[in-house]
Amino acid sequence: MRPWPGPLHRLRQRTPLGWLQLRHDRGRLLVALAGIAFADVLMFTQLGFQASIYDANTRFHRALNADIVLISPKAQNLQNLSTFPRRRLLQAMDVPGVNEGHGLYVNTLTWKNPDTRRDATVQLFGFDPDARLFNIPEVNAQQQTLKQADTVLFDRGARGPYRATIAALERGETLTTEAERRTLRISGLFPLGASFGSDGTLMASDLTFLRQFPRRNVGSLSLGLIQLQPGADADLVAARLRRHLDADVKVLTKSGYVAFEQAYWRRASPVGVIFGMGTVMAFVVGVVIVYQVLSTDVASHLGEYATFRAMGFRNRYLLGVVFEQALVLASLGFVPGFVLPLGIYALASKATFLPIAMTGERAIKVFLLTVLMCGASGAIATRRLQAADPAELF
Amino acid sequence: MARKAAISIAGLDHHFGSGSLRRQVLHDITLQVAAGEIVLLTGPSGSGKTTLLTLIGALRHGEGGSLQVLGHELIGCSDRQLSEVRRDHGYIFQAHNLHRSLTALQNVRMALEVRGHLDRTAMDDRAASMLEQVGLAPQIHSYPDQLSGGQKQRVAVARALVHSPPLVLADEPTAALDSRSGREVVTLMQQLAREQNSTILLVTHDNRILDIADRVLSLEDGHLREATGIRDASHGTAPGNGV
Repeated sequence: MRPWPGPLHRLRQRTPLGWLQLRHDRGRLLVALAGIAFADVLMFTQLGFQASIYDANTRFHRALNADIVLISPKAQNLQNLSTFPRRRLLQAMDVPGVNEGHGLYVNTLTWKNPDTRRDATVQLFGFDPDARLFNIPEVNAQQQTLKQADTVLFDRGARGPYRATIAALERGETLTTEAERRTLRISGLFPLGASFGSDGTLMASDLTFLRQFPRRNVGSLSLGLIQLQPGADADLVAARLRRHLDADVKVLTKSGYVAFEQAYWRRASPVGVIFGMGTVMAFVVGVVIVYQVLSTDVASHLGEYATFRAMGFRNRYLLGVVFEQALVLASLGFVPGFVLPLGIYALASKATFLPIAMTGERAIKVFLLTVLMCGASGAIATRRLQAADPAELF
Repeated sequence: MARKAAISIAGLDHHFGSGSLRRQVLHDITLQVAAGEIVLLTGPSGSGKTTLLTLIGALRHGEGGSLQVLGHELIGCSDRQLSEVRRDHGYIFQAHNLHRSLTALQNVRMALEVRGHLDRTAMDDRAASMLEQVGLAPQIHSYPDQLSGGQKQRVAVARALVHSPPLVLADEPTAALDSRSGREVVTLMQQLAREQNSTILLVTHDNRILDIADRVLSLEDGHLREATGIRDASHGTAPGNGV
């Protein structure tokens, strides 16, 4: 007759006391929900920024049309790549499985913002305009124009006051500006986006790059991009390259290169730690607020709880009520705690040009943290239940 | 007519405090209460009547002697065993002690829920009919805040008796009520307990309600005596015929 198995059946029969108690005191319920939502918003913001650092700083890496990447062993991140001898890239061509190899020059450039004519820092990439090095259709479509000397493409997602520049380029106009006493022509746009290390990016031919930085040695590459023959195994070829090449170059697969960049931001830079700490602080604040609410609720129901104990309810039942409240609060508080960050993410990504978006994974993570937060508060609040002594009732 | 003893106490002592502050509150209590009997316990404050009530009610651990309630020996029971025993009791307190977040119906239903063998509909039906019997049919979905003192105490009576407990324990159930409501509440208790053949042990100061008892006991400085001259007529009369 019973459509539910034993324990679930018991649960359905049960008066939802914790929920009824919370619902009865609207003011207290609202305080608790506001506190949880606040903690959730903080956690979402912190985790969102943290994820955006990793996302933004590896967007370039993920857009590379390469299976294996060569970098200097001294390289730290995209902004501090150092260089390695071009000869290593040529030697790599002898290794079975390697199809093509191209060099990429990277350097930081101070140019005058075409809008404001003030100095700004961007990153300049120089490469062979006949090679297809990026999985960015706009770059591939326009890179022939880079064969004209001192011509560059500009990052549409650059951070800073570039609105008029981007609008003019979108209309098909060509702009000129000045960089370290040379005149640069901007002929078009491509999407990449700002990162924590760089406000924006310019793409140029290798010749333009070397004219811009005359002291840069043509034989010193920032990155070597290797494309494999179809069917070749990247890990296997990378291992062969490591054996074949001198130790003055580091061989990474594309995914290894993405991980290398992420590891830099995670370890060597404090940003990851800061956002991690921010998340922990939000969690602690949440625990404190929910504990206050739950323990006040327990304290104000001690007489009623003692009565239940007298009626034969076990202490376990009262623990269940407190945890039921914790779970109800976690679930209800998560709703505004989830909705508000959607707006904050939209605002933040507009303001910072960093890619911040809600992910299912993060939502689940924060929900579990919320349950844990409320559970921890509940666990501390249950200590007050000891005071519910039925012998004191008469 | 031989009746089983609901309460059977022999040589029960109880102390409070420890070390030099240790003080004996109950001295060598011996008491037999037959099933279905209504017994009133009177005595000045501090005489130990509430302590005796909480010991019989399995709300407090006993120290020594023998304390048998409804066939269970309570001396030496664990907390968990005491909890189990309490499910067969009905308690009525000086204050109504209703849960303010629950409606009258939900409050009464809790006494059935603790036993866990009825399904929800059956519990609701039983709780509603109990509230009807105490004259609160129109108020079953009211919260305690919306009820008068007498109504609240009647809900408490319904809660104490809804599971037909073999033993009902009450501590000053009329203390917070005016004389008319108080009278109504004890009459209700008496009438329902008679129907269910429950034993009632009632601690009171209230002289106005002594007439409902089969027997009146008095406790003084921890010594129990049979009070005399109050209700001779009740002795030897089977409960249910008298009053």
